[in-house]
Parts: sequence; structure tokens; C-alpha cells
Amino acid sequence: MNTELIGVMVTFVITVLLAFPLGKYIAKMFAGEKTITDFMYPVERLIYRISGIDPNKGMNWKEFLKSMLAINMLWLFYAFFLLLNQAHLPLNPDGNPNMTPDLSFNTAISFLVNCNLQHYSGESGVTYLTQLFVITFLQFVSAATGIACAVALFNGLKHKTTDNLGNFWEIFTKSITRILLPLCIIMAVIMAFNGTPASFDGKDSIVTLQGDTVKVSRGPAAGMIAIKHLGTNGGGWFGANSAHPLENPNYFTNMVELVAQVLIPMAMLFAFGFYIKRKKFAYVIFGIMTVGMLFLVIPTIYWEMQGSTAIAKMGIMQATGAMEGKEVRFGPAASGYWSIITTIISTGSVNSMHDSSMPLSGMMQMLGMLINAFYGGCGVGILNYFIYIIIAVFIGGLMVGRTPEFLGHKVEAREVKIAALVTLLSAFLIKGGTALAAYYFVNHGNADWAVQPANWLNNPGNHGFSEMFYEFTSSNANNGSGFEGLGDNNIFWNVTTGFVLLLGRFIPIIGPIAIIGLLAKKKFIPESAGTLKVDSLTFGILTFTIIIILTALSYFPPLVLGPIAEYFGMK
Amino acid sequence: MSIHKKNTKLFEGSLVSQALKQSFVKLKPAVMLKNPVMFTVYIGTIIMLGVCIWIAAGETSQGSLAYNLIIFGVLFITVLFANFAEAIAEARGKAQANSLRKTREDTPAKKIFPVGEMYVNEMKIVPSSELRKGDHFLCEAGDMIPMDGEIIKGIATIDESAITGESAPVIRESGGDKSSVTGGTKVLSDKIEVRVTTEPGESFLDKMIALVEGASRQKTPNEIALTILLASFTIIFLIVCVTLKPFADYANTPITIGAFVSLYVCLIPTTIGGLLSAIGIAGMDRALRANVITKSGKAVETAGDIDVLLLDKTGTITIGNRKATNFYPADGVDEKHFIKCTVLSSMADETPEGKSIIELAGINPLSYEIQNPRFIKFTAETRNSGIDYEQIKIRKGASDAIRNLAEKAGNIFPAETAERVKLISSNGGTPLVVAENDKILGVIELQDIIKPGISERFERLRKMGIKTVMVTGDNPLTAKFIAEKAGVDDFIAEAKPEDKMNYIKKEQSEGRLVAMMGDGTNDAPALAQADVGVAMNSGTAAAKEAGNMVDLDNDPTKLIEIVEIGKQLLMTRGTLTTFSIANDVAKYFAIVPALFITSIPALQALNIMQLHSPESAILSAVIFNAIIIPMLIPLALKGVAYKPIGAVALLRRNLIIYGLGGIIVPFIGIKLLDLVVALFI
Repeated sequence: MNTELIGVMVTFVITVLLAFPLGKYIAKMFAGEKTITDFMYPVERLIYRISGIDPNKGMNWKEFLKSMLAINMLWLFYAFFLLLNQAHLPLNPDGNPNMTPDLSFNTAISFLVNCNLQHYSGESGVTYLTQLFVITFLQFVSAATGIACAVALFNGLKHKTTDNLGNFWEIFTKSITRILLPLCIIMAVIMAFNGTPASFDGKDSIVTLQGDTVKVSRGPAAGMIAIKHLGTNGGGWFGANSAHPLENPNYFTNMVELVAQVLIPMAMLFAFGFYIKRKKFAYVIFGIMTVGMLFLVIPTIYWEMQGSTAIAKMGIMQATGAMEGKEVRFGPAASGYWSIITTIISTGSVNSMHDSSMPLSGMMQMLGMLINAFYGGCGVGILNYFIYIIIAVFIGGLMVGRTPEFLGHKVEAREVKIAALVTLLSAFLIKGGTALAAYYFVNHGNADWAVQPANWLNNPGNHGFSEMFYEFTSSNANNGSGFEGLGDNNIFWNVTTGFVLLLGRFIPIIGPIAIIGLLAKKKFIPESAGTLKVDSLTFGILTFTIIIILTALSYFPPLVLGPIAEYFGMK
Repeated sequence: MSIHKKNTKLFEGSLVSQALKQSFVKLKPAVMLKNPVMFTVYIGTIIMLGVCIWIAAGETSQGSLAYNLIIFGVLFITVLFANFAEAIAEARGKAQANSLRKTREDTPAKKIFPVGEMYVNEMKIVPSSELRKGDHFLCEAGDMIPMDGEIIKGIATIDESAITGESAPVIRESGGDKSSVTGGTKVLSDKIEVRVTTEPGESFLDKMIALVEGASRQKTPNEIALTILLASFTIIFLIVCVTLKPFADYANTPITIGAFVSLYVCLIPTTIGGLLSAIGIAGMDRALRANVITKSGKAVETAGDIDVLLLDKTGTITIGNRKATNFYPADGVDEKHFIKCTVLSSMADETPEGKSIIELAGINPLSYEIQNPRFIKFTAETRNSGIDYEQIKIRKGASDAIRNLAEKAGNIFPAETAERVKLISSNGGTPLVVAENDKILGVIELQDIIKPGISERFERLRKMGIKTVMVTGDNPLTAKFIAEKAGVDDFIAEAKPEDKMNYIKKEQSEGRLVAMMGDGTNDAPALAQADVGVAMNSGTAAAKEAGNMVDLDNDPTKLIEIVEIGKQLLMTRGTLTTFSIANDVAKYFAIVPALFITSIPALQALNIMQLHSPESAILSAVIFNAIIIPMLIPLALKGVAYKPIGAVALLRRNLIIYGLGGIIVPFIGIKLLDLVVALFI
């Protein structure tokens, strides 16, 4: 069998093998049982004492969300002002300039919401200080916020009736000290040994074989590359992200980074099963998500390895597949796999240029982000899937002749309303944003802006439409990857995607937490033969079907006008 | 009576014409607004009318007038179809309720005018419509009871067949739990004085008619939640259509208003949106067809969620009375002789038990030619009964009573008889010992007869996930035995009214929903406490007031039917929602290629149905969208069949039929319509 494919399979199997025990550990750790990381307790206690936190004080869903939103707001302002003034701050050996207000608005939000929509290039756009104390810092805390919110969901389902979703501060702190930090240290060491820079020196210069002198950017990158994947953030140290040879030196580091980005989202699923003691439910969700991923991955790898029909028509052999925008050291299979993994997980780091993927592979990447719940981002993946579950529970419950209920709690008008709003919001943000961009492009192409709308797109036509649609899809999903043919560092894109990022992050967190808060308070209904069992395969398939149908129905027209039209046009 | 034809035709001529008229009446915006999904179609129709006028005035960019007029017409019909679905459901419900109400209109009533203690009350015949709550009236043999009421004096046999369809007369008397009489029934014997318990127009039937007519109909909780979900789907599709305009501009594709409106109407869940209220009304109507009056739509819906069912033993699980099932002669006693003695002792026994003994023996007591019989009646003191003739004295009674007799006469109580007595008791039966001249002859076994087929019904309930609980006055041993034999899951023995109440509260505190049936005043608190309380029509006014349904048939097994009606109601909504949404897949494949084919010819590949032309594709899709509504009206009215095969299997079944079917059917339907439409374009 093709070694490229074997490489992909081995990577996936390793991910599952590592995620399972990690999930078990996460469940135990949050349940307060004895674990190997208990030595971190004094550090945590110190943090609690300094911050004046009582980690044992339970929170209801409103208090939980209030704490979460308050601290996130604080980080947003902190990040915004640091980026705005980075040129004058220390740790700037290359003398990089301040960010413009709209770019720092966009960048601060982007990393706050665990996204890496980078409208700048790491080498010249940020300093070592902001890389570390804004970007890397936010990569940690945004991932921990996601994990904490998922654990709130777990807490709501762990007990029959409760209004205590746990203490946000405690869960948040432990997510960093007990999960992210230890894993990052291990991964950073691996990265550093494989050639990723970890120094505070400025640019180095080398003389190439041709005799030219080239300046090479570097910096303390290894640690950031670890958290960018483990925290499913994806924001690269260098502009080329994980396609850059210093950010992702070889096939082995490529595997490590692939495993790292899926590790925590997958482990959270298993943790969910162990924590609420419904392992079968977690396995069914895991199965459905994996099937969903395969639906996207298999065709993508096939198309990428097949090569471009347009090039084939010119009579050019493509024995290595579609290599435009790809790194030779990874090849089309590993790049195709990465492109799907990074879009379903909401990482958004890239090891190939998505803009150059085959048209339908591009659609698969968009679908990954539109669904945003096949594994999904750190913690938030489960929250997104939960919204689909609520809709499935409601329709499925009616279909078996009972008022719908989820794990013993009745799902009624209020919960349906919230779930419906969250679903609606994505459709509104993505299509509304794209429509706005299309409107300006068509009707105000020559507007007197710094970058005229008519100059946004490298390739107009169907592919240009895909670029705009991808950008808003990526923002709403907090993914961060892009079809980089789009000229996006200007006020229009910085501001619109900034708002989409914010809403696309916090509404899909607030919604599920509110639902679980409402559900958990309700009287527990014991299961009977007439109850729809959510841990059955049939229910899993219903959820899967609803995900597919809902996504297809909401986004069919833009997908037709973008990738599908491009595909048929190339044929 | 006609009302008992439970399967009246779905579309009766008179009802259809009435519903057709109502479909137009319901076009009033205020009425349309109640259904957000259909209201948007209504607006789409008006927009299309505007477009048609615009074209007539000379606009050329919107396609031909005929094409736009057809779209307008089809949308208008879509709205009418949805209105018709609601109207026909209302008409059927009303017709059903009216036929019940007719029986009690304008019956002459013998109203009593009290004139004080010393004089005889005056009585005057007035039309029943003049009776008010609290009035008294008199009914004698042959009279029709003019109004619902409670007997305050007297006892009478009453023919309730007009309401229940049951021809055997029933006894109603003052004071007890069977003091309620219903308007429209007929007194067969004796004389009763009745107090009117409801104002005219406020009887349960009147309330139900108001519910059906929509005046006081409120959306049930599940209906509200579903409406929210459907509204959000509608908004999602509105966003799809609105954003399509700039998308199309980007792709340099002009799209006509007609095409936008068609796409929108096809995508939004009009099928379920149009049928939603019809489904709810049909649920109440089906309950009424089962002779159950519901006081709210919510009660029917709740019935589908019931987890625990409280059933009275007598009449529900067992046939009214105990019956003799076996003769056990003592050792050394000839069986024939023993049976002869039991038959003779029961000759004058008028109790059902006594009769059942003769029935079991299969011998006519008169075939024994005996001289000078003297019958001994049962008294509470002796606790036995029997017959004396010639020199023979036969006694039959409770085992300890007969034992006393025998032992007093110096005879032994045989060990095997004692053994048998114990065995019968522990098997839930009642032993009767027979003695001849104070010598023990043997034992007759009386047993509760479990209704044939009842254990299958309990099995069915168990598969639905419903726990059945038997309520009985029997001792725990007997109760346990019958409970096991009938297949109920639990029982309350030696039950007092407060036991029922406590049981209901306990189950409810654990999160379960409880249904029960009752008739007595002392059942009223429990009926009120239960999530679904079904009062028997024969029961007291208090019981009827406390429950949220009234069963006209007084049939305790009716609860099972009610639960199924509730489940059907929810299922019909769920399956039609699924069907409606699944339909969209095919509609997209019909309309989207049609919109863009001229500017992006490569998209012809998406026209997988090979539809004739863009216009025919759009028309076929909207026509399909319209006619699917009336085609599903029968299903909405009858309800999706409930099968107790477990929730997961049921879900799988419905997903395949309505989910997969919902994807496939419109592909076929739209293609066929396109073949027809293509002939005209």
C-alpha cells in the first residue's frame, strides 16, 4: 500500500491511542480523584490565594458565564493595547512596527477567541514580546476557556438535578496547570530537538548555495508551536505557518503536530464518557464524529493525490498528485489529511496552502468549518455538537411519541429557542458577511478605500467567491485558516471578521451553557422503554443526518456558486 | 347512533364544503399571523400578485405574465390548502361534538320551583335551555334527562346508550359515587330528582367544542417548541434567499422575483407548517371519537408522556365479580355427590358467585327432585347459606364458619381440605367450604377472572415504557397473585383513597408522569394530582371537575387508548417535520441549477433530475410543494400509527419511512410534474 496513506493512518491511530488514556486522566482529574499531576496543587493554591478565589464555591450557569465573559473582556483590552504599542516595548530585536488599530482589533479578537485569523505575518507583524505575552498567552487561556466550558456541560449532566456547573476559575486554572502546560512542555521539547528555533536572538543570516545572503527570522517558537496545536489555536510563529521549514521541519514533526491538534478535542470526548459515567454515549459520539471526518478526509486525499484535471488536460504528468501550494516533505496525502483535520478541529494552522487545493477539497475544508463539530475545537467542539444533539433530541423525541428529553431532562421551548438561535446565528454571520463582501465587490468596487474592493481578489470568478466565503466561514468557526488569495488586511475585512469572530465564539458557548444550566435544574425523569436512548447508534445516525441536512440546506447556494461551479468548470 | 361509527369517512361532503368556505375565511391576516410559517407564504403570495401587476404594467425583466401568474396561483393555493387542513380538522371535531350535543338540546324539563317547607313544590315543564346551574328537575320513567346534573334524591335505571353506545341500562342513585347523570340519556324506571351542575354552554362538551373551534385553543408546550424550531428554519431559509441576491449579482446572474419567492416557499417547512394545527385538533378529535372529552389539548399531549398508569382492579383487570372455577371434594367423598350438594346449596343464591357455581357445575338444580326445600339465607353472623330438605342440611360458607359448624357437631375438618383452603387463598382465590349435615364434603374455589387479552395490553404498555399499577381493596396476598397473573408491574393492596394519592405523589417526585381513572368524590384529589386524570362520566361532579378528561363510556381500559392517542399526536408532528425538511434536498436540486444554468452552464451537471427547463423546474417544485399538503391531510388527521416496539426501533422505522422517504419522494414527484408541465411550456 501507498506509504503516504499508511503515514496518515498511523497518525490517526496514534492519536486515538493517546487520546483515550488522556481522556481517562482528564475525567479523573476534574472529578477530583488522585492523579499524577497532583504535585501542581501548591501552584494552583498559590494562584487561588493571590486572585482571591474560593475554588470550592459552585456556580450556576449565569455566574459561570459572567466569570468567563468578564475575564475574556479583560484579556481583549490587554491584548489590543499591547499590540497597538508593541514597537516601543522590549523584546523587539527586529524593530517591528506597531499594529494599526483595525489590525490589532482583529488580531486581539482572533487570538482571544482561539482563532488564528492572521491578517499579519509573524516575522514582521509582531514582536517577541507580543508573540509571547499576547499571542501565546491567549493561545493558552482561550484553550483553557473552551475546556472549562465543556467541563461545565459535563457537570450539568453528571448529576440528576443541579444548578452547580462547577467553579469557572478552578476548572480554568486546572485546565492550564494539569493539561495544557504539561503537554506543551513535552511537545516543545520534541519540536526543539527537531530543529524548531527556541532563542530570543533576532534574525539570522545565511548564505545560500547560489551565494545570496538571506535573513532568516527565528525566535522562541517551539513553545508557541506546541500550544498552537494542543490548544487548537493554529496561529503560526511565521507567516507560512506549519508549511514553514522551521515551524514544521520534517515528516515526524508533521505527525506530532497532527496528533497534537486532535489530541485534546478527542480526549475531551472520552473524558465526557468517563466523567458522566456514560461511556457508550461518548463512544457513539466519537464514532459519529470519526465517520463524519472520514467523509471529508477520504475524498480530499483522493482528489489531492489524483492531481488537477486542468493540468492533466495540458498533458502534464502528475505522478505526485496536486503539488501546487504543498510542501514536498509532506506530500498530498498528509497535506490533504492536515487540511481536513485543521478545519474540523478549528485549529486553522496549515501545512499547505488551502487556496491551491482542488475545488472540491476546498469545499470539504469549508464543510469541516461549517459543521465545526467533528471533534471540534478544544472544549467547544462538544458544545457545538451539543446544539445539534438538542435539535436531534427534539425531532427524534417527537418521532417516538414523547415530549423530547435528553438524559432525563425535558427539552422544551426555551432550550429549543436557544439551540435554534445558535444555529441561526452561524447561517446569518457566514452568509450575511459573504453577501456584504459580494455586494461591495460588485457595486462599490472602486470605493475610495485604502484597498479597493475590486482589488480584494487574486482570482475573481467562482474561486474568488470561495475565497470570500471561506474567510467568513473560517471566522465564524474560529478556525483561522484562509484562502489566502484574499487581500484581507484592510479595514473592511479586519472589522467585519472581527465581529464575526467574537459572535461566532461566544454565542455558541453561551447557548449550550445556558441550555445545560436550564436542563440541569429540571426534575430528573428516569429512563423507560419509551425513552429515546441518546446513546444508541440510531440516535447517533439521526444526529449525523441532521448535521448533514442542516448544513447542506443552509449553505447549498454559496457552495454551488463557489467550489461546485469551479469543479464543473474545470471538468 | 351515528356518533358511534368510529370510522366516519375522512372527507364527508358536507364537512368538505364547510371547510372550503372556512379556508377563505381564514385568509384574514390576523388569523394567518398565528402560523408564522404560512404567514410568510401569504406575504410571498401578495408579493407575487404585485409582480404580476407590475408585468401587466409593462415590466419585462421578470419573465412572462403567464409564468408569474401561475406561481402566484400555486402559492395562493398553498395557503388555501394549509387553511383547508385546519378547517377540515375543525369541522370534523365540531361535527363529532355537535352530534353529542344535539341529543340534549330542547328536551322538555320538569323543573321544580321550591315554594317553602310547608307546601308541595310546584313543578312546571320548561325547555331545557331555561335550566340554570343549581336548578332542580324531576325525571320519571320514560323521560329524557335534559341537562347534566347530580341526583339528589332517588335511584333509577338509566339508558345511557345515546352517549356510550352500551345498551345495558345502568343504575344511578343519589349520594354515592354513581350520582351523576348526563343530558340526553333516558330514565327507564323509577323517579329521580336532579340538580343541574353546569350553566348552559359550559358543559364539558361545550368547552371541548370551543377548543376545537379555535376560540379557546391554546398551543401546547410541544407545539410551541416546534413552532419555534420551524420559525428558525424559516429564518435560515429567508437568509439563504436574501443573501442569494448579492451572490447572484457577483455571478452576473439575474434572478427574477418569482424565482426568489418560489425558492423561499419551497425551502421553508410549509408541509408541517400547514398541517401543524390540524394535527393538534385531530388529536382532540380522535380522543372524542374514542368517546373521551378532553378539557385541553395539553392533556392529550401529556397522555403520550405517561410513565405510570393507575388502574382499578375490578372492571379493568378482572371481570366484575369472582367466579367458581373448581370443585375439590374431600377424600372419600363422591365427586358427583359433592357437586350435587354444591348446586343445591346455591339454588337460591342470587349472588353472582352463587350463580357461577351452578354455571360451573352445568346442572339445572331443578333436575334434582327434592321435597320441601327450605332455603337458608346468608347472614353476616353465620357467614354461610344453604338449604334444608328432607333430613338433609347443606351449608356453604367461609371455611372457618363451616369448620366451626363441623367441629361443634364433633366432626373433623379433614387435613386435605384445610390444605386446599390454604392453597386457594394463596393463589388469590376465595375458598367456600361445603358441608352436608355438618360433615365436610369439600371446597369450591372462587377466582377473580382476569379479562381476556388484558395481559397482552399490559405487555404492550410495558413496551411503551409505561408501568401499570393495580389498585384494589383486596389483601396483599390476593392482590399480589392477581397482579402477577394479569401482568401488572405493581399493585396497591387494601387501597384507601389517600393511598392512591400518596402513590401518585411518590411517582411524581421521582419525575414520572402518572395517569389514573376514577369516579368517586374521594378520587377527586387524586384525579387532580395525576398528570392525566380521566373521570368516568358516571362519576360524581367533583370527580369530573378534578380530572382533565371525561370518559363517556365509563370504560377503565380507555386509558390505554388515550396514551396511544397522545403518542400518535407527538409522532405525527415529529414525522411530518422530518418529512418536510427532508423534502428540501430534492427542491434544491430542482431550483438552484435552474437559477444559475444560464450564466454558469457547467451547473447543468447538478440538474440530476434532468428537468425540462428552468421555468418547468421551478413550477414543478412549487406545485409539488403545494399538493403535498392535501395529500398528507389524511395522515395528519388519522395520525401516524404507533407501534410499541421500543423507542429506538420506532425511531429507526420512522426515520426510514419519513426521513429517507422524504428525501426520495419529491425527486420522483417533481420529475413527474416536470414531465407534465413540460407539455405546456
